Amino acid sequence: MTEPLVQVRGLVKHYPLTRGIVFKKQVGTVRAVDGVDFDLASGETLGLVGESGCGKSTVAKLVLRLEEATEGQVFFEGEDIHDMPHGRLRELRRQIQIVLQDPYSSLNPRMTVGDIVAEPFAVHRSVAPRESWRRRVQDLLERVGLDPDHVNRYPHQFSGGQRQRIGIARALALDPQVLVCDEAVSALDVSVQAQVINLLRQLQSDLGLAYLFIAHDLSVVRHISDRVAVMYLGKIVEVGERSDVFREPGHPYTQALLSAVPSPDPRKAGENDRIVLEGDVPSPADPPSGCHFRTRCWKATERCAAEEPALEVRAAGHPDACHFSEIRHVVR
Amino acid sequence: MPATEMLPSSTPTTKRRPDHEGPLLEVEDLAVEFRTRDGVVHAVDGVSYHVDAGETLAILGESGSGKSVGAQAVMGLIDSPPGHITRGSIRYRGKDLLGLDEGARQRVRGRDIAMVFQDALSSLNPVFTVGDQIAEMYRVHEGASRADARRRAIDMMDRVHIPAATSRFDDYPHQFSGGMRQRIMIAMALSLGPDVLIADEPTTALDVTVQAQIMDLLAELQRESTMALVLITHDLGVVADVADRIAVMYAGRIVEHGPVIELYERPAHPYTQGLIDSIPRMDDDREELVPIAGAPPNLMKVPSGCSFHPRCPIARDECATDEPPLYAVWSGRESACHFWEEVVSSHD
Repeated sequence: MTEPLVQVRGLVKHYPLTRGIVFKKQVGTVRAVDGVDFDLASGETLGLVGESGCGKSTVAKLVLRLEEATEGQVFFEGEDIHDMPHGRLRELRRQIQIVLQDPYSSLNPRMTVGDIVAEPFAVHRSVAPRESWRRRVQDLLERVGLDPDHVNRYPHQFSGGQRQRIGIARALALDPQVLVCDEAVSALDVSVQAQVINLLRQLQSDLGLAYLFIAHDLSVVRHISDRVAVMYLGKIVEVGERSDVFREPGHPYTQALLSAVPSPDPRKAGENDRIVLEGDVPSPADPPSGCHFRTRCWKATERCAAEEPALEVRAAGHPDACHFSEIRHVVR
Repeated sequence: MPATEMLPSSTPTTKRRPDHEGPLLEVEDLAVEFRTRDGVVHAVDGVSYHVDAGETLAILGESGSGKSVGAQAVMGLIDSPPGHITRGSIRYRGKDLLGLDEGARQRVRGRDIAMVFQDALSSLNPVFTVGDQIAEMYRVHEGASRADARRRAIDMMDRVHIPAATSRFDDYPHQFSGGMRQRIMIAMALSLGPDVLIADEPTTALDVTVQAQIMDLLAELQRESTMALVLITHDLGVVADVADRIAVMYAGRIVEHGPVIELYERPAHPYTQGLIDSIPRMDDDREELVPIAGAPPNLMKVPSGCSFHPRCPIARDECATDEPPLYAVWSGRESACHFWEEVVSSHD
C-alpha cells in the first residue's frame, strides 16, 4: 500500500469552559478530542462511529481545519494542514470537502441551486472560467441524480433527499480527493437514505474518492465502510477492517454498542445477547482517569483506573484500547 | 377482489371491564387536515386501528406519513385552527372521545390514555424540579396532599429506575441526561396508571445504548400491568422485537397492517417491501441497498388513486385512478394494494 492520503496523529482539541461574562475566567476544559490517530487511504471509506458527545464531529472539523487543533497534526499527502500558511491551506481545501448533516440548514434558502453548486468556483477562481460554470453545474447535478434543468430552482422546492444530493454536488464541484461526510444520511428517511448511500458508493467507484464517514448509525456505517474506528469520550477505542470490527470486536464498548443495535427482523428478537450498559457517558469536562470507559465497563479493575490502555493490536487481531481485550461475537 | 374489512384477532391476555365489549381503543376512519395559507394538508386521511389491553401496536411511517398527527388527535392535542378533525371516531372503551367536552377530555388524558414524546427536554418545564412535575399529576388529578404526592412521585421514579430517586426528586431537568429525562417523561405518563400509553418516537433522540435501556423499560412496565402500548416510530428495528402488530402508514393512510413477523416475512404491500429492502442491516453484507424510487408526496398534493403509485415498481394504469381499499389478505392481515396477491406470492 502507498502512503495514506490523510494521516491524523495525536489530534487533540480542548475547549475552555469559562464562567463570567466580561472577565471570562477559565474554570475547566472540555476534552472533546483527546488524542486521536488514524489513516485514510485514497479511495477507501473509513467509518467513524460513536455516540453523541464522543468527539466525532470535532474530528471532522479538525481534519478540514475548520477548528484549530490544540495539539497534533493532520497530514494531507505528507503536508501538515495545521501548520501551513492560509494561502496554501486554501489551495488544499479543494482536495478535502465536507457534506453536512442537515440538508435544510446547510443550503442558503436565498440562492438558487445553480448558485449554490457554483459557489466553490466563485471562491476558487482558478478552477474554472465563469463561462463554463453553468455547464459544470449541470454536469454535477446530473452526476448526483438531479435534473440539470433545475438549476434555477430554490432549495425549498426540493425534498430532503434531493437537498442532500445538492450538498453532495457542491462538495464535488472542486473535484476533491477526500469527502468528509458528517452524519450525511442521518436526517433522511430510510427509503431515501438508501438512495443517497447508493449514490455515495457509486461516486466513490467512479471518482476514486476517499470518505471519512462519520455517523452514529452502525448499520449504515457497516454498509458503507471499508474500515471502522469506534470513538468513546474523545478517543478511538477500536479500529480495524469492517468485518473484523463487526464480527470480532475486542473492546467491551464496541461489543456493547454493536449488541444494542436492534435488528429489523422480528424473528431474531432476543437472539442477540444484548449488553445493556449501566449509566451514562461521563462528562468530557471531567473524564475518568485511566481508561475512559471504565466507569461503565463490567470488566474494569484497579488497573483500568491507574493505567490508560494504548490503542494496539491485542487479542482481537486488530487494534483496540482495552487491557482485557477479548473477542466476543455479538452480531448474529 | 374482496374489499371486506377484517377485524384482527385480539390477544388472549385481554382484561376488559365488564361494562364494555370490543377493543380498548378503537380509531375508525379518522381524518385530520390542516388548513394553511398555501392549501389544505391532508395529514391523516381515513385511518382505522385498534389496540387491546396488554397489546403493543406499532405505527410505522416515514416523516410526513401522518403517524404523529394521528396520535395527537387521539390525545386531543390538535391545535384548531389550523387543524381540523373532519371525520371518524376515536372510541375508548366504546365511548367516542371526539364527542366529549374539553373538561371530560382532560380527565381521559393522563388518567386513561397517556403519551410520551420524542423530545424530553422540550417537554419538561425547565424551571420546576422533575419531582414537582411528576407530583403535580397526583395533586391536580387526584387532589393528593403535598407529602403524599411527593412519596408517590418518588415511587414512580423508582419504577422507571432512576438511581437515588429520593435525592434526585429536587433536581431540574437540565441536570439529567437524555435517557434519564426520557425516564422522567415515562414516569409522568404512567403516574396515573393509564390503560393506554402512546409513545411517539420515544427513543429517536437517544443514543443506541440508551435506546436499548428505554425499550427494555417500556417492555418491563407493560409486563407489570395490562397497559396497551401504541409505539409510533420510523424505525422498524426499534419495534421489531416488542410489537405484536404493525400498521404501516404512507401519506396519511394505513397501507398495510398485520402481526409483526408475518408482515416482515411476507409483506403484502410494495411500500412495506421497499422499506424492508432499504434498511441497512448489521447482519448482512449486501453491497447494494434497494431503495424506493422518488420521495414521499407533498400532503397538499397527494397523488390520485393509490398515493404510492408514482414510486411503486409494480404500478399499473388503474393504480393512478382507483384508490385501493384496505383488502383483507387473510385473518388479521390487511393491505391497501390492488395487487397484494402478486406482492405476497413474490416471496415464494
